[in-house]
Amino acid sequence: MDTEIGLLGQLLVPFGYSYMLKAMWVSALVGGVCAFLSAYLMLKGWSLMGDALAHSIVPGVAAAYIIGAPFAAGAFFAGIIASIAMSFVKQKSRLREDAVIGLVFTALFALGLLMASIWPTSVSIQTIVLGNILAIADEDVVQVAIIAGVSLGVLLLVWKDLMVTFFDENHARSIGIRTTFLKGLFFTLLSACTVAALQTVGACLVIAMVVTPGATAYLLTDRFGRLIVISVALGVTTSFVGAYISYFLDGATGGVIVCLQTLLFLLAFFFAPKHGVLASRRRQRVAVEAAA
Amino acid sequence: MTAHPAAIAAAPLPSAPGASISVRDVTVTYANGFTAVSNASFELDPGSICALVGVNGSGKSTIFKAIMGFVKPVAGEVRLCGLPVEAAIRKNLVAYVPQSEDVDWNFPVLVETVVMMGRYGHMNFLRMPSRADRYKVDEALERVGMSAYRSRQIGELSGGQKKRVFLARALAQEGRIILLDEPFTGVDVKTEAAIVGLLRELRASGHLMLVSTHNLGSVPDFCDHVVLLNRTVLAAGPTAEVFTHKNLERAFGGVLRNFQLGGAALHDDDDARSVTVLTDDERPLVIYGDKHSRRQEPDGH
Repeated sequence: MDTEIGLLGQLLVPFGYSYMLKAMWVSALVGGVCAFLSAYLMLKGWSLMGDALAHSIVPGVAAAYIIGAPFAAGAFFAGIIASIAMSFVKQKSRLREDAVIGLVFTALFALGLLMASIWPTSVSIQTIVLGNILAIADEDVVQVAIIAGVSLGVLLLVWKDLMVTFFDENHARSIGIRTTFLKGLFFTLLSACTVAALQTVGACLVIAMVVTPGATAYLLTDRFGRLIVISVALGVTTSFVGAYISYFLDGATGGVIVCLQTLLFLLAFFFAPKHGVLASRRRQRVAVEAAA
Repeated sequence: MTAHPAAIAAAPLPSAPGASISVRDVTVTYANGFTAVSNASFELDPGSICALVGVNGSGKSTIFKAIMGFVKPVAGEVRLCGLPVEAAIRKNLVAYVPQSEDVDWNFPVLVETVVMMGRYGHMNFLRMPSRADRYKVDEALERVGMSAYRSRQIGELSGGQKKRVFLARALAQEGRIILLDEPFTGVDVKTEAAIVGLLRELRASGHLMLVSTHNLGSVPDFCDHVVLLNRTVLAAGPTAEVFTHKNLERAFGGVLRNFQLGGAALHDDDDARSVTVLTDDERPLVIYGDKHSRRQEPDGH
């Protein structure tokens, strides 16, 4: 029967299933917002903060499923506990920040795994760690869509203020921008979007969603506005296509999305017109020849 | 509600009677209990370039922070152009030129974008530049001679060009008070002369500039006022009165290298003045007798 549908028909099959359509547009939305945030995150050397956050909220998500609360609420609660724990350990000990982050986030992640294995729920450990967008429940879709939509709207309003704050905080303050508020807002959005991305690619791969698109765009442009546009375009496309391809590969949506993003990063890394490896080789060669 | 930017630019800042800084009995204590500056007082008037001089940890950056409203004094008061700090900030009266090492030069922004950031305080909350804003940016770039570089990424510039971009941002911001943090670190002598030339022009147009610097030798060249700091204001006033060997020794203690060459050891005549060389950085301060040696001023030839 399948052979009679033809190649084009086969390629269109995912669009015929409502669960696939849902998976593709939710992934694209989440991928887009995470990519927007990635434009900022990688500039400050805060990339691993996203990773820490994603792992720390696992116990909250597990607890939410166990007691039947919205997973976003659980994640938010766990995120707050994580940041309080980090600042408490940092203040009361002489440990460096990276050690404190490593300590707290692995502890919370382990707690999450433990909870999910002691009290098995409808959601398995595997779903939390690796994500499972193909089986996402409708009420979770609503949560993800609200988080992503609101975050995108806020980012579109404050992207320039965030740019000034990240570039030159003193100047930002001297022109009356409330930088502390903005940074708090940024981390709130980051936490919220990490929670949303948890559903799509899982706790382990969230870090890729909030780093790779921005890092790729960084190699392609020197204008911050364009960087955001390129980054979001990459995030949306790879997430949509990744979810689509995962239909044929049977599952593993997160893996496909992140592999696609990495592939595009590698292309930019080698072939970017100005900041690529080949371009700098060429410049070097021209300089050497000019000197000879 | 929001006036057209051109209207703001054209108005001579009615409620701000000239640029001035008034620091009165200011004491700043940080949250960890460290008192960085106590009972500091000085007054500065429009049309002045003032050097803020002191060793590391003497409170230079704390004074800057107090003037920009980043720290609240536990005692005393800072007034800018006769206004409390918050009001002056809201009116975009204070522009800040950062130290080169505080800037992320790999940040993906172009020269013109950085200068446009100076206009953000004049725009609405979406920061959409108007034609007037673009014009101010063009004008500022032109004035510092960086128009040809406007589409470069900021990291691709030389040390002096980088400085000029941030000066252009301060110009575009139209701040009446400009704070410059170590503007001459990593800048060659020719660029330093160009920057000093620009600061003099700004002084002539009534701006007030406060320059924190290690570069003692340049201070008498372009600063008409000096504030000497060491956890409080040791001395403040016109350069000729304040920037003396005795005061500098008080401010720097044993930190400065101090060479004194006796008059008779240098030349065999009646001139009994001695040459004093004070230095903690690249350019030494040379005092001959009790007068500063002055280099040829760029506008003097």
